[in-house]
Amino acid sequence: MANMAQAIRMALHYAEENLGVTDIFGEDVGAPLGGVFTCTQGLKTAWNSPLDERGIIGMAMGLAMAGSRPVAEIQFCDYVYNTIDLLKLAGNTCWASNGDWNMPMVVRTPVGSGIRGSMYHSHSFDATMTHIPGWKIVMPSTPLDAYGLLISACQEPNPVMFLEPKALLRVKGEERIPGEPDDDRALSKMIDAPLGDRSQWRPQWPNLEAFAVPIGKGKIVREGTQLTVVSYGRTLPLCAKAAAALADEGISAEVIDLRSLWPYDWEMIQASVQKTGRVLYVNEDTEVTNFGEHLVRRTVDELFYSLLAPPKLLAGKFIPGIGLADTLEMASVPQLGDITEAMRALAVQQP
Amino acid sequence: MSRPRLIKEASAPLPLERELLIRIHDLMVKARVLEERLIQMYKQGHGYFWIGGPGEEAFNVPLGLLMKVGQGPAYDFLHAHYRQSATLLAMGEEPIGALRQMKNTASDPYSGGRNFAGHFSIRAKNVVPVSSPIEVQYAMAPGTALAQKRLGGDSITIVTGGDAGTAEGDFASCLVWCSRPAEPLPVLMIVTNNKWGISTSGAEQHGEQRVADRGRAFGIQCKTINGNDPVEAYQELKEAMAYVRKERRPFLLEANVSRLYGHSSASGANLVTEEVDCLKQFEARLEQDGVLTRQQMDDTRNRYAEEMAAAARLVRDEPLPAPETIWNHIYAEKK
Ligand SMILES: Cc1ncc(C[n+]2csc(CCOP(=O)(O)OP(=O)(O)O)c2C)c(N)n1
Repeated sequence: MANMAQAIRMALHYAEENLGVTDIFGEDVGAPLGGVFTCTQGLKTAWNSPLDERGIIGMAMGLAMAGSRPVAEIQFCDYVYNTIDLLKLAGNTCWASNGDWNMPMVVRTPVGSGIRGSMYHSHSFDATMTHIPGWKIVMPSTPLDAYGLLISACQEPNPVMFLEPKALLRVKGEERIPGEPDDDRALSKMIDAPLGDRSQWRPQWPNLEAFAVPIGKGKIVREGTQLTVVSYGRTLPLCAKAAAALADEGISAEVIDLRSLWPYDWEMIQASVQKTGRVLYVNEDTEVTNFGEHLVRRTVDELFYSLLAPPKLLAGKFIPGIGLADTLEMASVPQLGDITEAMRALAVQQP
Repeated sequence: MSRPRLIKEASAPLPLERELLIRIHDLMVKARVLEERLIQMYKQGHGYFWIGGPGEEAFNVPLGLLMKVGQGPAYDFLHAHYRQSATLLAMGEEPIGALRQMKNTASDPYSGGRNFAGHFSIRAKNVVPVSSPIEVQYAMAPGTALAQKRLGGDSITIVTGGDAGTAEGDFASCLVWCSRPAEPLPVLMIVTNNKWGISTSGAEQHGEQRVADRGRAFGIQCKTINGNDPVEAYQELKEAMAYVRKERRPFLLEANVSRLYGHSSASGANLVTEEVDCLKQFEARLEQDGVLTRQQMDDTRNRYAEEMAAAARLVRDEPLPAPETIWNHIYAEKK
């Protein structure tokens, strides 16, 4: 099965062939590198931009306003922060013009910890991004969802922020992307750029098929009855793993992959929490004014009388950065053990 | 350059057609009267804030007249800042829209009562929404220009801003993105230099002799002109635009202009007398050359003053946007 980087590449190929995507660009996005995480190798509309994040977002906005369909990349979300007012502008252009203009653009950026990236290659961006109205925000945790969400993003008339959990970019999927060959090695031969001289290399794209994951819809990755765990990105597979382990202890946890942060699938959360009475939100951005806090607040406001225990948030520590040393990174953002423990503690809480 | 200069060499004949001179004059008066009306509305409590372009008409009218107006990449894009009303009138806008925006009525054609005066936005004319953050328009301009270049044809992107704002990184971004040898872009970068930030003088802003000189390091054609002279502005804009249209490369044009009512209503919006008034100067020359009589020019002004007073009365009674409309247009719907 394809990994997430390959899935993103295939979705972009599908989008430039079928959905009118005109420009896939950013720092080192074009040949020869095809992106520091290889997500844009071999794409016909990929090009290298100057090292200028504000310029990249501005370029995408200009292209979008002139009828093109750009997919811009910010190499690491750690470097997106100096573009925040442009992101606000992209998000308010439709509203500010009373519906006259719209901004069909996608921004992709790798987020989060997991590769020992130290202070400036480990940031998350979901907490900050969910403070910016007018955008749709997605964050897949599997290659197939990455493929389907990116295809949806490239069909949107609005700006879409596509957050790529960098710890999962190299993880192979368990579901086949429609059109991908059965054999991983065959796929790699077809679409991974060779080492060394690539000047003559051309990818051989598989016959990809349309597959769109609708923006705004979550996914129940495991059904359960005693508690609900809602997560996305890097921490999602950890939640699923924890739930599997806890099943052996007789604890039944339902796990929701939110996939879309805005708009998000409140109906799915609501139905699940009404069933289980307990909910744990998990993400790795810093915990103060974290998106999960919004979900906790809404849970209290709307589901209070369904609750058997206080809704909980497990998130990154509110510290200035994620340190390089293994011990520091592990202590800064939720790990499997932290999640398992939090779930276990919540499952046994009684009113 | 040895081209005759209108104001300085008052003996030389006016180098533009009579019709065009009259058209420029008419639009300059219309724009000035519009701005004066907007200021009055503000002072009478019919608006919360005024910012605009009185004093820049001599440059802004020719700019609008020379644009290729229409929708989509086959036409010129305008990424303007908040002093461009004269350009908009020259592009064919009716002044009542600006009055409606000042009064933030539901009928405001540019933002539906959501944004300040002077914050134009017209998709049908490629006028990108004017927004308050200084200089962001310079970051977006290369994008529309790239789409235009790809399309072929001769459409260009025009971006305008003030002198103080050029200290922002987005100005440098524009210089860089437009002049890459691998992908030069058809952008006319304009800086209207009124020698002020809000209250910060030029000497406290930057050290380069001319803002236009910043283009040199990038191989960008650049020039500083007298933006108070509509004839010089027309000719220089025409030349610069022809270059950008044909060569598909950037041009940086700095126009020295006046700021006749201060920065905005935040600084009082009162007439200053120590700066050159481009309209007064132009009228003296038109009269001297027998293009228009004083009487004719007074008639034009009076006619516009009456028209705008009537429009302002109309706008005064128009409803504000309904509160529930705050939820409208957060997103565009799929077509
Ligand atoms: C990014 C940003 N910083 C500060 C302001 C506040 N502000 C509005 S206008 C202005 C001065 C702009 O001067 P200049 O660029 O010379 O243009 P002018 O208004 O003189 O035409 C300032 C500081 C702003 N709107 N945006």
